[in-house]
Amino acid sequence: MTVALRIRQLRKQFVLHTQNGAVLDVLQGVDLDVKPGEIVALCGPSGAGKSSLLKAVYGTYRVDGGEIIIAHNGREIDLTAANPREIVDMRKRSIGYVSQFLRVIPRVSTLDIVSNGAIELGAGPEKARMDAVSLLERLRIPAALHELSPLTFSGGEQQRVNIARAMSSPKSLMLFDEPTASLDPQNRQTVLSMLRDLADQGTAVLGIFHDPADRAEIGAREVTMEQIREPEHA
Amino acid sequence: MSADLSKPLLKVDNINKQFGSTVACDDISFELWPGEILGIVGESGSGKTTLLRSIAGLIEPDSGSISYAGDGELVEVDKLPEPALRQLQRTEWAFVHQHPRDGLRMNVSAGANIGERLMANQWRHYANIRAEALKWLEAVEIDASRIDDLPRTFSGGMQQRLQIARNLVTRPKLVFMDEPTGGLDVSVQARLLDLVRGLVRDLGLSAIIVTHDLAVARLLSTRMMVMRKGEVIEQGLTDQILEDPQAPYSQLLVSSVLQV
Amino acid sequence: MTRYNFAYLNEQTKKMIRRALLKAIAIPGYQVPFASREMPMPYGWGTGGVQVTASILTADDVLKVIDQGADDTTNAVSIRKFFKKTAEVRTTEVTEDASVIQTRHRIPETPLREDQILVYQVPIPEPLRFLEPRETETRKMHAYEDYGLMHVKLYEDISQHGHIATTYAYPVSVEGRYVMDPSPTPKFDNPKMNDCPALQLFGAGREKRIYAVPPYTRVVSLDFEDHPFEVQQWDAPCELCGARDTFLDEVITDDAGGRMFVCSDTDYCSKRQAESEAAE
Repeated sequence: MTVALRIRQLRKQFVLHTQNGAVLDVLQGVDLDVKPGEIVALCGPSGAGKSSLLKAVYGTYRVDGGEIIIAHNGREIDLTAANPREIVDMRKRSIGYVSQFLRVIPRVSTLDIVSNGAIELGAGPEKARMDAVSLLERLRIPAALHELSPLTFSGGEQQRVNIARAMSSPKSLMLFDEPTASLDPQNRQTVLSMLRDLADQGTAVLGIFHDPADRAEIGAREVTMEQIREPEHA
Repeated sequence: MSADLSKPLLKVDNINKQFGSTVACDDISFELWPGEILGIVGESGSGKTTLLRSIAGLIEPDSGSISYAGDGELVEVDKLPEPALRQLQRTEWAFVHQHPRDGLRMNVSAGANIGERLMANQWRHYANIRAEALKWLEAVEIDASRIDDLPRTFSGGMQQRLQIARNLVTRPKLVFMDEPTGGLDVSVQARLLDLVRGLVRDLGLSAIIVTHDLAVARLLSTRMMVMRKGEVIEQGLTDQILEDPQAPYSQLLVSSVLQV
Repeated sequence: MTRYNFAYLNEQTKKMIRRALLKAIAIPGYQVPFASREMPMPYGWGTGGVQVTASILTADDVLKVIDQGADDTTNAVSIRKFFKKTAEVRTTEVTEDASVIQTRHRIPETPLREDQILVYQVPIPEPLRFLEPRETETRKMHAYEDYGLMHVKLYEDISQHGHIATTYAYPVSVEGRYVMDPSPTPKFDNPKMNDCPALQLFGAGREKRIYAVPPYTRVVSLDFEDHPFEVQQWDAPCELCGARDTFLDEVITDDAGGRMFVCSDTDYCSKRQAESEAAE
């Protein structure tokens, strides 16, 4: 398989039963390939379906048609046909998703949150914690905060913890929804170089980056939602 | 935990249960896999508690079968002789009731409540039983000094934590929970949920949790089933149900919860 | 005046009770329900034991009745009189001479023989009652050998008193199967139940239950590995006969606080006193 992700004819519509059955067509026949080591940036105005596409690829949105082929355990799996258990397994090994918001269990320490993914994949707890510390240091989370729950951290700190968590156990396909949105320039730089490193190690990255400078910085291939949508809808 | 991940832990087939003319469970089937936490949500009267109690062997369904794979093959639990079912219920299974008084012995001490399952499983060394009880009190954040106190002197949250300790002391593989935070204040609920979440993860438990509270399901479950009027109207991963509910009732349920 | 039927109960009733007894003997320690009859004495006075005795008594039997180990207490005297009148059997206070011994608490200190039957009057036959009031549930627990609760009771004892404080009605496991309440016998006598040559029958009148321990049956007192079963011990010997291995009662001797500890088994004690007098 030469691509990490192959999307064909992907359709998703929302039927809003609580709003008189209003129908929203968010994805209308999307085609997209992402290769290992490639960074693809989704572009387009808000409401064009960029976040919806990421959520469909992660399996959160159950789609109405098309295929999402993902390389998983050396095979090509169509996520749209996978059962929940298979999706969980794919998420453990092959698809990572980093939202703009940190969702964590209350009272769990930052260090535990960041190291957990690696431990679940079989890393020794000691090594996983050491790696987590260096990731947090690189993202300038002060050591004094490592043992605290990130729920009380600032927005920027939370976002960096979120990224550290993703980077501690990267999957072969990583989805990023505005990873740099609330970061100061220095941290933004760090995160971007981490993304570049990730891709250089062979990870396929699909993300949303508002700032064109960011996209240029990491050498992203830009695709607009217009471009990847089925021609008759374009 | 050396769970066999290639087989379901529990298989529920075509469970039906009626109370008079009211259908509580309408032909419900699903599988639970090792390590899964299944949240069953729905309003009161949706049949979710009846389903849980049927699966756990506390009530008898009108028809259908329940199979459980402890160490080996799937065994039809509903066909087990009662002693074998009871043995299962006090070793590999656990049931956490909504009201602690239904799951605790209120007239014996906290230590004895925790120790009972051990003693039922032939523990005969007092000091060991007590040491285990102390360990579990600590795990559920109850002060060790309370070991000889009666549960009725405990707050509601403490009673619920004691019930959990009493159930988990035999390291069950499958835990049934019926509205575990139901009767508790909001602040106490959060603490209990954190605790349950941690224990579930640390012990590698599989669980079925019945709740009307989507926040509970969001925090604890990996997968969800939405029930209404005795039927499962939608199921999927927790994020699928919460972010992309498809059945009209699921959408109503999700939209009526304040988004965090 | 018409005479009483032999031993008061009619033959039909005795037959019914004997059937229950046979079942009880066949399933050692199992509580057999029986249709307990009204007796001409109140519950609590040993109606269960009396019905059992009435059902097994033959004209050749020699009956001994003890209450708290003594033959001369009101309860013992009236039951003895009852059978003297209704069955016209011989009675005795000497353990060795008796073929049937009805008791309320104690097992005689004199070892029993194969040709003797010990009948216990039992107030509460259900050992699980203390923690599980539901009869439907306790019956299942017996049926399924689900006895963890018995140890919960002993656990509570140790946690509250530092040792197993239960001194009577101390639960035993019979032949490795049923847990039985020897109530209200003091635990001092529990070891005597084990491997006993005599047949032991238990009757609970108000609760309508009969159970039995056949001769030479294994009877083990429940305990913990680190808190093994122990019988009561006294600091001083019996002040009357000097025995050191018997169950002692505290006896108030005057109204100035005077007291002494003497054997509760009056027959055994007086026999020892007689022996030592003879030896002098």
